Amino acid sequence: MFPLAIQKTSATTQILYRIALPVALVLWLLPLLGVAMTSLKPSSDLAAGNIFGLPSYLAFSNYADVFRNSPIAGYILNSFKVTIPTVIGAVAIACLSGFALAVYRFRFNLLIFFLFVAGNFVPFQILMVPVRDLTVSTGLYNTITGLALFHIAFQSGFCTLFMRNFIKGLPFELIESARVEGVSEFRIFWFIVLPLMRPAIAALSVLVFTFIWNDYFWATVLTTSAETQPVTAGLYSLNGQWIAQWQLVSAGSIIAAMPPVLMFFLMQRHFIAGLTLGATKG
Amino acid sequence: MTGSATTAIAGTGRGRTTFWKKNQRALAPWIFLAPGVAMFSLYVIYPIIASMWLSFYDWDGLGEKVWLGTQNYIELFDDEAFYTSLKNNIIWLALYMLAVPAGLFIALFLNQTVTGIRIYKSLFFFPFVISQVVVGLIFSWFYAPNFGLFYNLIEWITGTGVAVLADDRYVTYGIIAAGLWPQIAYCMILYLTGLNNVSPDQIEAARLDGARGWRMLWHVILPQLRPATFIAVVVTVIGALRSFDLVSIMTDGGPYGSSRVLSFYMFEQALSEYGFRMGYGAAIAVILFAIMMVFISGFIWKMIRDERGM
Repeated sequence: MFPLAIQKTSATTQILYRIALPVALVLWLLPLLGVAMTSLKPSSDLAAGNIFGLPSYLAFSNYADVFRNSPIAGYILNSFKVTIPTVIGAVAIACLSGFALAVYRFRFNLLIFFLFVAGNFVPFQILMVPVRDLTVSTGLYNTITGLALFHIAFQSGFCTLFMRNFIKGLPFELIESARVEGVSEFRIFWFIVLPLMRPAIAALSVLVFTFIWNDYFWATVLTTSAETQPVTAGLYSLNGQWIAQWQLVSAGSIIAAMPPVLMFFLMQRHFIAGLTLGATKG
Repeated sequence: MTGSATTAIAGTGRGRTTFWKKNQRALAPWIFLAPGVAMFSLYVIYPIIASMWLSFYDWDGLGEKVWLGTQNYIELFDDEAFYTSLKNNIIWLALYMLAVPAGLFIALFLNQTVTGIRIYKSLFFFPFVISQVVVGLIFSWFYAPNFGLFYNLIEWITGTGVAVLADDRYVTYGIIAAGLWPQIAYCMILYLTGLNNVSPDQIEAARLDGARGWRMLWHVILPQLRPATFIAVVVTVIGALRSFDLVSIMTDGGPYGSSRVLSFYMFEQALSEYGFRMGYGAAIAVILFAIMMVFISGFIWKMIRDERGM
């Protein structure tokens, strides 16, 4: 293990390490802690100049205010309406194309694979005008469907890369022996490979959920009204309305951040497995 | 070999061979690929080509497109704002790379087995899970004049506070610092997983040979962390060049356009209250795409080499 296990070092080092851990964590999360604290301060505290001290009382009313006086609940609902279909669509497509690219040898296999990989890295701006145009001309501009369709297509690049590498790591003999038995290719996919892909599906779902929930650029390009905007874009416009009402901005930010944070803590193992899949492979 | 033998057996075994049975191995990949390739071509491949084509036109998004030839590009090379954005993009790229060593540093710090370390690891990773919009708002608060934590800290040290986001000398650095926060967390998690897979035998052997500290890190650990470093560099470069959210949230490109980056300037030209110059915007996007392609080709080239090596 590197660095040397702390248990093997001197007693002083061990104590210092024990102290350093929480100190480093507090410093690292300082901006976040500040915002969390601000979100619980009554506005009178801020007006009276109590900026860094503890709140004089915990003003959960800030959160209630945000829900009552802004369309944030609607924004959050929109975020779910975009995110959930995207996760299902992109992961389903990636299962199919990842299987095709991992299992079959055919011309253009590597070419198609690298198109998916490269497409996944391009700057969004090179897609912006034509995608917006396409969405307008199909009547899907400023709709949740239009936004979700784009996300499904774009995410299928990353997801295919992920799935293909995952299936490559499965024992190929399983497929070979099924073929010897005369099992059709579709049944091999459905009954043999798909059940083995469960961990990859879980990891990808969590990851794509976070990516899409946090998307801001496409939300501003493809949606314009409070009825369709997800919470990231909504928060931007609310920030414009709440000038210098930091207790509301903070509460709104924390509300918007909650779903992916919960997702992360509940599904942590899957999440990290997803992020690092490429890194752990040689 | 086994493949063709199997098909022969499966085929003759059933007596009648339909077209599908004979060709399913050749056709199946295309059927599996169809939805993915269709969606990806429509929403990614085609738009790239369409943007390049559009960059030679003058278009407001609604009316007739007017052919301009290379006029958009000529204008771009005379455009002060373009150079500001390009310069900022280079600063972003250079400073964003700090996330890689910083992530490694934190990973080394946390790579211990004491009680509660798992919670520490997840809390350090926390900033990455939050949306960049929220990160931007958090840092706007952090920098806010008069009551921001950072502002007061500087005031306390130097006597006068600095309104980072309103000062064209510091604004880009202030935004990059906000971007580094989640990016360091991302690199950290990549390295933590990498460190998990470093072979303990080699470390023990190196320890017996007297290697420790920096020498150990440089000669024994880092070579084994190469896959993690590769991914960390890839995601950091892409992240730096994609920077849009933070600029939009924290400053809207200001003050006086001094914190623009190419991605933001493109958006501003093509789709904001400043006008709908789709052709000009597309030209900016093509330049950004060209810069990114240099890196993407490098990554792909390395991946192809690995693929062949396997």
